[in-house]
Amino acid sequence: MSAPGVALAPERAAALAVSGAGAAWLALLRDLTLAFRRRGQLVQPLAFFAIVTLLFPLAVSPELTRLREMAPGVLWTAALLASLLALEFLFRDDAYDGTLEQYALSGQSLTALMFAKSAAHWLLTGLPLALMAPLAALSLGAPAAAVAGIVASVAVGSVALSLIGSIGAALTLGMKRSGALLSLLTLPLSLPVLIFGARATQLAIAGEAYLAPLELLGALAVLGVTLAPLAAAAAVRISLE
Amino acid sequence: MNWTWFHRLASPPHVYALAGRLTPWFAWPAALLIAGGLWGGLVLAPPDYQQGDGFRIIYVHAPSAWMSLMVYMTMAVAAAIGLIWRMKVAHAVAASCAPIGASFTVAALVTGSLWGRPMWGTYWEWDPRLTSELILLFLYLGYMGLRSGLEDTQRADRASAVLAVVGVVNVPIIHYSVTWWNSLHQAPSVMRFDRPAMPAAMLVPLLMMLLGFTLLFVALLLTRLRGEVLTRERAASWIREALSP
Repeated sequence: MSAPGVALAPERAAALAVSGAGAAWLALLRDLTLAFRRRGQLVQPLAFFAIVTLLFPLAVSPELTRLREMAPGVLWTAALLASLLALEFLFRDDAYDGTLEQYALSGQSLTALMFAKSAAHWLLTGLPLALMAPLAALSLGAPAAAVAGIVASVAVGSVALSLIGSIGAALTLGMKRSGALLSLLTLPLSLPVLIFGARATQLAIAGEAYLAPLELLGALAVLGVTLAPLAAAAAVRISLE
Repeated sequence: MNWTWFHRLASPPHVYALAGRLTPWFAWPAALLIAGGLWGGLVLAPPDYQQGDGFRIIYVHAPSAWMSLMVYMTMAVAAAIGLIWRMKVAHAVAASCAPIGASFTVAALVTGSLWGRPMWGTYWEWDPRLTSELILLFLYLGYMGLRSGLEDTQRADRASAVLAVVGVVNVPIIHYSVTWWNSLHQAPSVMRFDRPAMPAAMLVPLLMMLLGFTLLFVALLLTRLRGEVLTRERAASWIREALSP
């Protein structure tokens, strides 16, 4: 094999006779390792997020009072699109080189492995976005006191986004031009996250209590953790038939 | 219990013939009910004291909106049956539902927007029900887009079935989050249809239209299902017998 690291995970899993959770952990580590070997791709969603944020002051107005009003909407639209952009790569390489088939044949729970892939997607896009969102918010006129709320809402909301997105990415596996379809499938399902996330951010910027929408975001994330990997695993199996 | 009738539903020739026989039993009552409902709603019912004649669009709008949701539920149930018992005919039913449901959704959106012009003074208001309806349209479009994007029929069936089931879990969440979102940004619309207070002369035609639209959907579904079965079974030999007079 030309790329030994790529097909190794299931073999290693067998050699170590790991449990389902152990296999998921190995799959997660593998995804992170591969991502850190291609640092250029890692930065792309973040750069995309920054440039979408930049569009609004240029297109609307540089007045901070107006920008502050729009900031939650701008942040969440940009975060949603950046997360979507990274989704296309979630399964693509694994489908090309046969890793997904190995996962499905490994005897380990495909649901757990799908959860690991979503977790890797969140660690590589959601978490960096959450850390970068306050910077963008500050540039749009948000007060420094809002930083904690913004980080929390983007961090929790992007968990749900990664999981919902994994279903769409698994369903469109193997399609040639899946980009537009992937957005059409994923965005309507992501709207509740956008609504609660933007609301939490808005309250944080206004200096009010933002716990209620944040908890609703948490509920969506928990629902995603419980159900999305099941659906993604079913979709991956269908694509391999 | 005798389950043969259920097992025979898995056989395409049987379903093709059955759908053909059943269609008139739904189409004619639908036509009569819709004609009667329209006559009752547009001519006999008194004008609303607040909305004048403008309220009459409800006789098309409310049944369309109702059907847009019901068709989605039907589609998801059929898709789940197809997924669980690997029934090809159930997948054909789900595939036939999508364009019908999308058409009802468009009808609900267009009539809602036309109603909004005299009532709200604008063609589009970000009213929670209209917004949910618009999102529902995107769910239908996504479903149909996924189907047309996958060339292999079996894969398209099963992948779109997963999407329909995921969508049906999400529809209530989307609906309630949109209602919640709307209650923050906008005072509730002044004019609401107060169903229980509706006089019988207005209510009876509405119920006739609801039932008529439901039967119309079944008739359309059976017709589309025949077409879908023919397309899927185009290589099978029974088609020659079924189509030769």
